[in-house]
Amino acid sequence: MSDMVSALNGARFEGFAEITETGLCGMVQIRADLASAGLAQALGGLGLSVPGRRAILSAGDLELGWMSPDELMLFCPRDRAAAITQQLAQALGGEHAMVLDVSDARVRFSIRGEKADQVLMKLCPVDLPTLPQGEIRRTRAAQTAVAFWRVDGGLDLIAFRSVAGYVMGLLKHSARPGAELF
Amino acid sequence: MLRLTCPHCGVTAEETELTPGGEAHLRRAGPDATDAEFESYLFARKNPKGVVFERWRHAHGCGKWFIAARHSVSWQVFGTYPAQTTEPPADLIETIRAAIPTWEGWQ
Repeated sequence: MSDMVSALNGARFEGFAEITETGLCGMVQIRADLASAGLAQALGGLGLSVPGRRAILSAGDLELGWMSPDELMLFCPRDRAAAITQQLAQALGGEHAMVLDVSDARVRFSIRGEKADQVLMKLCPVDLPTLPQGEIRRTRAAQTAVAFWRVDGGLDLIAFRSVAGYVMGLLKHSARPGAELF
Repeated sequence: MLRLTCPHCGVTAEETELTPGGEAHLRRAGPDATDAEFESYLFARKNPKGVVFERWRHAHGCGKWFIAARHSVSWQVFGTYPAQTTEPPADLIETIRAAIPTWEGWQ
């Protein structure tokens, strides 16, 4: 079988913050009525619950983020994505719902360091100091759609794979040594 | 800069995060309409110097449509509400009337 590679194959950059394309990352998109009991039960099978508005919660190596009033995004290890997709699709069989493995259509970056916020302050129309831990914020970075949230030591960010090179370029440029805001 | 609060995800988004969708609460001229009525539905817009109801899509956020009521001169925003409705909510109409007693109404 051919080797799977992520969009930028783990590219790294060290500026006033450390930018890393995190490599293979599983992402499962769930479209459903978020208030339905069936969804809560299906997620319960993975040790998760339905996150509140704009919340992202984690359980073990899984993370589940609220993307819109009818959409969730589940982050998992790449090698478990197919099995989790199948498990959720089966559990939601009787519901008006859709579960899709979008691992190959997305890219994930980590931004680490004390000044990680400043990398995104320059790119996104978001008031970073008021972004709490446990909130996933969908917005734009320069011209492309992204979502990011706080993790230990910085921020994690996802974008579409087709714009991975562009987003990496943005983050690198924003994080150039000496380019910090304060 | 225009900042609107998306009623779906609660984010107060700045204008560049949103996509405009034109005048809200248009009613399609039905199958029995005359040519003049249909032309009016397609092309004639109120474009008032005053309170406007506009459709917006939170394109770089949750992706949902909502409607914003604002003043086209002062840019005062009176409120936003989900687009799954055919008329503005009553409490919003009250808010606008309180702010602009001479307002002629949304229709």
